[in-house]
This record gives sequence, C-alpha cells and structure tokens, in this order.
Amino acid sequence: MSTAVSVVPRQSVWQFILSELKPKGPIFTPFNVISVPTILAGLAIVVWRFAFGLGSVTNLTQDYPWGIWIGFDVMTGVAFAGGAYIITFTVYIMRAEKYKSLVRATVLNGFLSYLFYAGALFLDLGRPWHIINPIIGNSFGYNSILFLVSWHFMLYMMAEALEFSPVVAEWLGLERARKILHKLTLGTVIFGVVLSTLHQSGLGALYLFCKPKLHPLWYTEFLPVLFLVSSVFAGLSMIIFEGTISHRVFKTQIDPKKHHTFDDIVFGLSKGAAVVMYVYLFVKFVIFVHGQHWHFIMTGWGWLYILEVGGLVLLPCALFTHGYRQRRIGMVRLAAILTLLGIMFNRLNISVIAFNWQLPTRYYPSIGEIVVTLMVIFTEIWVFRWVVYRMPVLRETTEGNRKT
Amino acid sequence: MDRRKFLALAGAATAAPLVSKTAQAHEITEDGPEFMGVLVDTTRCIGCRQCEVACAEANGLPVPDIKNDQALDAERTTTTDQWTVVNRYETDEGEIFAKKQCMHCGQPACAAACLTNAMEKTEIGPITWDGGKCMGCRYCMLSCPFNIPKFEYHSINPKIQKCIMCSERLEEGGMPACVEACPADALMFGKKQELMQIARVRIYSHPDTYVRHIYGEHEVGGTSWLYLSSVPFDQLGFRTDLGTLTYPDYTREFLYAVPLVFLLGPPLLYGLHQLAGRNGDDHTEGGHS
Repeated sequence: MSTAVSVVPRQSVWQFILSELKPKGPIFTPFNVISVPTILAGLAIVVWRFAFGLGSVTNLTQDYPWGIWIGFDVMTGVAFAGGAYIITFTVYIMRAEKYKSLVRATVLNGFLSYLFYAGALFLDLGRPWHIINPIIGNSFGYNSILFLVSWHFMLYMMAEALEFSPVVAEWLGLERARKILHKLTLGTVIFGVVLSTLHQSGLGALYLFCKPKLHPLWYTEFLPVLFLVSSVFAGLSMIIFEGTISHRVFKTQIDPKKHHTFDDIVFGLSKGAAVVMYVYLFVKFVIFVHGQHWHFIMTGWGWLYILEVGGLVLLPCALFTHGYRQRRIGMVRLAAILTLLGIMFNRLNISVIAFNWQLPTRYYPSIGEIVVTLMVIFTEIWVFRWVVYRMPVLRETTEGNRKT
Repeated sequence: MDRRKFLALAGAATAAPLVSKTAQAHEITEDGPEFMGVLVDTTRCIGCRQCEVACAEANGLPVPDIKNDQALDAERTTTTDQWTVVNRYETDEGEIFAKKQCMHCGQPACAAACLTNAMEKTEIGPITWDGGKCMGCRYCMLSCPFNIPKFEYHSINPKIQKCIMCSERLEEGGMPACVEACPADALMFGKKQELMQIARVRIYSHPDTYVRHIYGEHEVGGTSWLYLSSVPFDQLGFRTDLGTLTYPDYTREFLYAVPLVFLLGPPLLYGLHQLAGRNGDDHTEGGHS
C-alpha cells in the first residue's frame, strides 16, 4: 500500500495538521447555519452553568437529580454508539468481510459519541474537579455500578481510539506507526467488546436501585439484559441511519462501486436487527407476563408502554423483516428511524418519564438543557465531518480524491 | 498466532480483571461492631419541633421559627438547610406527628451507589458525606429509597446535604442533638439491638397503643432509626412497599458477573475469531488496507 507521505511534502506533521484545520467545503450550508448559533448558545449556557450552578440552567430538582443530560446524552447516546462493538465483533471476530467497509466510520462515530455524549456527563457533575477521584485510587467505590460504568467508559474510549488510530497514522503518513497500531487491533477489539457488553448492561444496572421510584412496567431485575440486547439493534439502526446520510453528504468520499453494495450491507444489518429485536420482544413479553402487569395496561402508563414496545419495537421489527425480504430500502430506513426513536423513548421512560411515577411533581427539560444537548450532538457531527473530509474513513486511501 | 498478537491479547486479558475488583460489597451487618441508632416513638411526639431547632444549631444551619405553626400545615421534606422536619398527619387515631430525617440504613443505597466512597456508613452508625471525595453525580439521590440526600443546585461548590446523625458528637461519646433536645422522650438514642428490645417491650406491654410493626426493623434490610406508631405507617407518610432486601443485594449478582465476563470473554472471543477463520487465511488486516 502506498503511503500518504507524498501528500505532505517537506512539511512537518504539525504544519500539516495546521493546514488541515482550515475549513473545507462550502461554509453557508443549512446545517452550518443552524448548528453554529446553537453551539455558540450552548457554550454560553455551559459558562453560565459553571458560574451559577446547575440549578441556574437546568430544571433538575431534589426528586429528579438526573435529567436529559443523563437520560438522553448518556443513556441514549451510548446505546446509539453500540454499533461500534457490534461491527468490530462481526468483522474482526466473526470475520464477516461484507461489513468491513463500515468499520472505520462506525468506530469513529462510536468513539466520538463516547467522547461527547459521555463527556457531557462532565457538565452534569456538581463537583467535576473530583472527577479524577474514582480513577486515582484514594476512593474506589468498588461496590458501585457507577464506578464500573465510569471505568468502562474511560477504558472503552481508549480502546476505540486505538481501533481508530491506524486511520490517523495513515492520514499523517506515519506508516510504521500505522503498522504497529494495526497489530493491536484484534486485542483492542476483544477488549472493547467485553467492555461494551458490561457497560451497556451496566447502564441498565444503574436503575436496579430505583425499584421504589421506577414504574413497575419498566422496572425489572432484567434491566441490564434489556439494555444490552437493545443496544445491539440500537447500534445497527444507527449504522443504517448514519450510513444513509453519509452516503449522501459525503458522496465524493465514497467509491461509486461502494454505493452499489451499500444497500446489500443495509439489508444484512436489517436482518440482524430484526432477529435481535425478536429476542428483545420475547424477553419483554416474559417479563411482562411474569410481573403480572396486566392491570397497568389500561392506565396512562400502559399506553406509553404500548407505544414504546408496540409502536417503536414491534412495528420497526416487522418493517425490518418485511423490508429485507422484499428488498425495500425505504422501508428498512424507516424501520431504523423508528427503532432509534424507540430506544430514545425507552431510555427516557426509564430515566425521566416513568421515573417518580408516584410523585405529583414532574420534570421537563429546560431550554438550556435542550440547547446544550443539541450543542453536544452538533459538535459531534462537526468533528465527524472534519475527520471524514480529511482521513481515510469512507474513502480507500489518503490519496486520490482528496477534497480541496 | 504471532508474538505481537499474543502480547496484545494477553495485555487486554490481564489488565481487565485488575480494574474490576468490584464484586466485594462493603457490608456492615448487625453481626459486626454494633451500630447506634435512634428509636422514635410517634405516640409520644408532641410536634414541638425542638428537634428541628437543636439540629440547626448543632449543624450550623438556619434555625427555623417554631412559633410559626403554619409550617406543619403541609407535609414537608428535608431540604439542603433543614436536615430534619416534623410533619403532622391526620390519621385514624387523630393528629400524629412524625419526625423525618435520614434513616441511616444498615446497608445503605447511597453508599452502595457512590463511586467515590464519599457516602459512607461509619462503624458507629451514621452515614456521613465527604466533600473531598464527592464528584456531585447525585446517584446517591437517585438511589435513596427515602429521598434523603439533597443537593445545592444553586451553588458553584455544591454539597450533598443530609442528616449525619451528629457523627462528631457521637464520636465524642455524645448523642444526636435532636435526641438531647426532645422534651417528650419521643426520641431514644442507643445501640440498635437494645432499641429493638425496648421497642418490642413497648409493643407487648401496650398492645392497644401500638401497631405491631417497628418501622426500620426490616425495611431495606434494617435501618439505624426505628419508628413506633399507633397507626399503620403509610398514614404517617412512610413507604411500606420498600421490601426487606438490602440495596447491595439488588446489584450483587451483576457485580459478581463482571470478573467472570472479563475472564471468560476474551478467550471466548479469541476462540470465535479462530473458529471463523478460513484455512491459512489469517485476515485480521482492518479497514480498507
């Protein structure tokens, strides 16, 4: 394989990086026009939050200590990022070559999701200057699920960074480093998959302590299992969703031949998602029957539950199944979107909506919380786009169709 | 398998269990050093709120104006600057007052939830909070079945505020300020086992006065604070559906599975990797190379 050295003639690596920092592509796109003011507003709110405390920008209360910064950013964001461990498992462990072209974009997306969504946790911490405490060992809360989850986040981010590092080395033209980093891939993938199974389920295990507060339709001792299983089809749906958008937005980055095979890949992913969703629905059904929750169904909570499980799991599951059999790409894409909405709804039901169901007070996110959440999403997309336009994520190598 | 790959694998496999020494839950049981508690006899409480005043004075909190009786009109919860409150309840037996504060559980949810050990059940009994460790994640608040830890949302150096059972006074051999201040003998400080015996004696000798339930004996595995009442406890604003399981029990199985997954996961995945490989085709090159 030829190296990228020719691209950076007589330049130091730092000069090269500086030159790469410049924007590429048009500036006044609809996305930029919306995202830039949102990001700036979000930053202002973050400054405000650190100057005047969490209460000045959030609607959090003593009864609702966790809002959408946890319920959406962390709980939902991490489930959406599950695609990275699924795809690396499929490609490196099961050696399904068909999905190899997805690896780089998915791992990048996974890494950035953790960096930004789990990173948003920092904003939510009341005493963030002590964030280092669970790491440096003066106060290890071994028996805490949150201790486990935070360690896993940190280690998994490192694993993801290592998995992606050969691409960065290729971009910088560091061929020897690329080869060395590449040798680590299998080890980091194995480590990453193990970490993922534990912290995806660990996020569900966090709510095992909330039995008195969480509605019985959602509380079950199988929450860790449900979180793990649902992260599989959440991740697969995210790959379909993100891939579909990438194939339009980054058209110039992708070999035309790949456009052709992408539909094939999507149908494969759909089949996988559908199978796992059947498993999930079966587990949900068993839990529902075993919990004897029939009398809740005719309440308002029951309707929410039916909407979540029926409308946003069963329905997309059927659409996935029908879609890959009939090879109807539109149906499969719709299924992916519905599935993602379903995951979001499920995580918000557990963390916010059906939480404290017996209390008269409710929590609604403040404008500030929503803007900061949008800021996090937009910033992640900005970084993703920046990387895709510069590094060989979607295209074959650094050379060739470099966008200028 | 070449040497490098082996090293990468071995590194991942050995590093994993080191960081997951999570399984052993920190337990304080009633068999261990016996912890102190308080017995609240709600049949004796006159609702004078002297305990609220004493608490505020002992802990440097704003002293409530107890002359203003309207505070009793609505059910109150503890706040960041009021660690104990007395509530008035209309019950089958008429007006009854009940003091509320941290229950100081035997195996507390907040301490099991805390990832920095900032919340800690001390050997004598109180659950204390260490601001030098806490990172303000508020998982203790999410976990507490009694909604006791309170967070200062409007501070840039926010603290978790809750009753600490006057732990400093206890270490010096004293008793909680509220117990000392109670003019009606509604509060009694002592070892939990002894308080249990006293509570049982009161129930047996006055079976018409008390319901046969000591709140805190079994709730969430047992608490340091115990309550006696003449009416069922749900009439006094207590949750009676909390169960008797201690909080570490809810996550014990999950935590036990962690080292197992770390030990068995990597070899299983590596085995699958080998199994999936075709003859002589060692295809681990990634991406598009």
